[in-house]
Amino acid sequence: MMYSEKVLDHFSNPRNVGEIEDADGVGEIGNAKCGDIMKMYLKIDKGIITDAKFKTFGCGAAVATSSMATELIKGRSIEDALKLTNQAVVEALDGLPAVKIHCSVLAEQAVRSALSDYYTRQGIDPLPIVGEIREPEE
Amino acid sequence: MEKRFIYADNAATTPVSEEVLAAMLPHFRTAYGNPSSIYKLGRDAQRDIETAREKVAKALGAEPAEIFFTSCGSESDNWALKGTAERLAKKGKKHIITSVFEHHAILHTCEYLEKQGYEVTYVPVSDKGIVDPEDIRKAIREDTALVSIMYANNEIGTIQPIEEIAAICHEKGVLFHTDAVQAVGHVEIDVKKQGIDMLSLSGHKIHAQKGIGVLYVKKGIVLPNLIHGGGQERAKRAGTENVPAIVGLGVAIEAATRNIAEKAAVITPRRNRLIDGLLTIPYTRLNGDRDRRLPGNLNISFEGIEGESLLLMLDMNGICASSGSACTSGSLDPSHVLLSIGLKHEVAHGSLRLSIEEDVSDEDIDYILETVPKVVERLRAMSPVWEKMMKGEKYE
Repeated sequence: MMYSEKVLDHFSNPRNVGEIEDADGVGEIGNAKCGDIMKMYLKIDKGIITDAKFKTFGCGAAVATSSMATELIKGRSIEDALKLTNQAVVEALDGLPAVKIHCSVLAEQAVRSALSDYYTRQGIDPLPIVGEIREPEE
Repeated sequence: MEKRFIYADNAATTPVSEEVLAAMLPHFRTAYGNPSSIYKLGRDAQRDIETAREKVAKALGAEPAEIFFTSCGSESDNWALKGTAERLAKKGKKHIITSVFEHHAILHTCEYLEKQGYEVTYVPVSDKGIVDPEDIRKAIREDTALVSIMYANNEIGTIQPIEEIAAICHEKGVLFHTDAVQAVGHVEIDVKKQGIDMLSLSGHKIHAQKGIGVLYVKKGIVLPNLIHGGGQERAKRAGTENVPAIVGLGVAIEAATRNIAEKAAVITPRRNRLIDGLLTIPYTRLNGDRDRRLPGNLNISFEGIEGESLLLMLDMNGICASSGSACTSGSLDPSHVLLSIGLKHEVAHGSLRLSIEEDVSDEDIDYILETVPKVVERLRAMSPVWEKMMKGEKYE
């Protein structure tokens, strides 16, 4: 299993680990049975993601993609965060082994799941904006 | 404590010993003859192979003519199963019995045979990781060709009741094979006394090089030729012999079986200290029977964390170990061995296997006992599963 230096860096020194007590949106994706769960917390002010934190149960790639995803959306607009693709996360990490690509999909979906929760809390139907959240296949 | 380097994954592979390397080296540059050649250089190589064969036979309580060199344990397993299946199918025997927690070299071969029209019964194992010989007795049918049960499990190290199973097989007139890849050099094996008809072993688990294995086949059992070609290995497995590897294996198995009890007396207390120390971490369990296991093996599950992360963090702390998590098995499912003893998926994901030998000192044990709890704590602190557990919520 070959992990890039960047993956190992984000695994050993994950950015933005933790919880946000008064988060404006919280999303969770995955299940313990298949070995990956990501929980994402967002603080949003005037359409800008001012803070993002995560907790992850999973392999090295799951931790690294969560960490990178929070880095990529912090300080950005909701529109930008909705455009975040798993491919962008993979590229930012200098690649992932083929069997770990699903981790980057989880990270992408964790962000969308948190944004979906944000809209729901605002009394706005998230579906037309965020779309369906894809749970991993068992 | 200062950072150390500790190799605690001897069930995965072992380094070639000085003694083995010294025996192998002449066979690369000076004693390089083809064993099939008539001149002295060739005859010498042939003699060295036969010396190695005698050493392997002696270590197993077998005759040299019953020892066949192969390229690895998996090849030996494949040959024993497919070979027996092919031979006995002609007598109408198309049923094989094995256990659910065998190595994939056995399980995937059985799946292949099922596709070829054979029937396979997979007997269960207890929650302690032991096969019940009575389950074997019940599974044996008129058309059973072979029973294959591993000597010791590769993940949880549990030692199986080989003699009892062999006795039942013989009573019923069924052949008995055992994959002893993890057991050789760690427990006393005597194929004659124990009634073993076929046995697979691998060199690199006992300080020989990778790429050499053995299949012991009891005299009187005839397997089909595995590789057709020249007359090597009594024409059963053609191809010019890997002389350095064979010579090395001879030396390795002699050394590994020389002082089994003495080695165990050193390793077992250290291993037990590791078990007791690691079990003080909350929400932790030992996998496999505590006593009926290989001296250097321990397998522990830490709830709320995932195994690959654990291994990566231990690696950063200089500790080489192994896990049964899905991420390390290359699939979405965690180890079939851990599932077979009743672990839930999420608990199986957080398992750690350490397999130590005498070179892991008491100070190394101290270091492991200091490092693992810190790493577990760190991973649990970032785990949403652990968070829920602590809040008393269930994860399904």
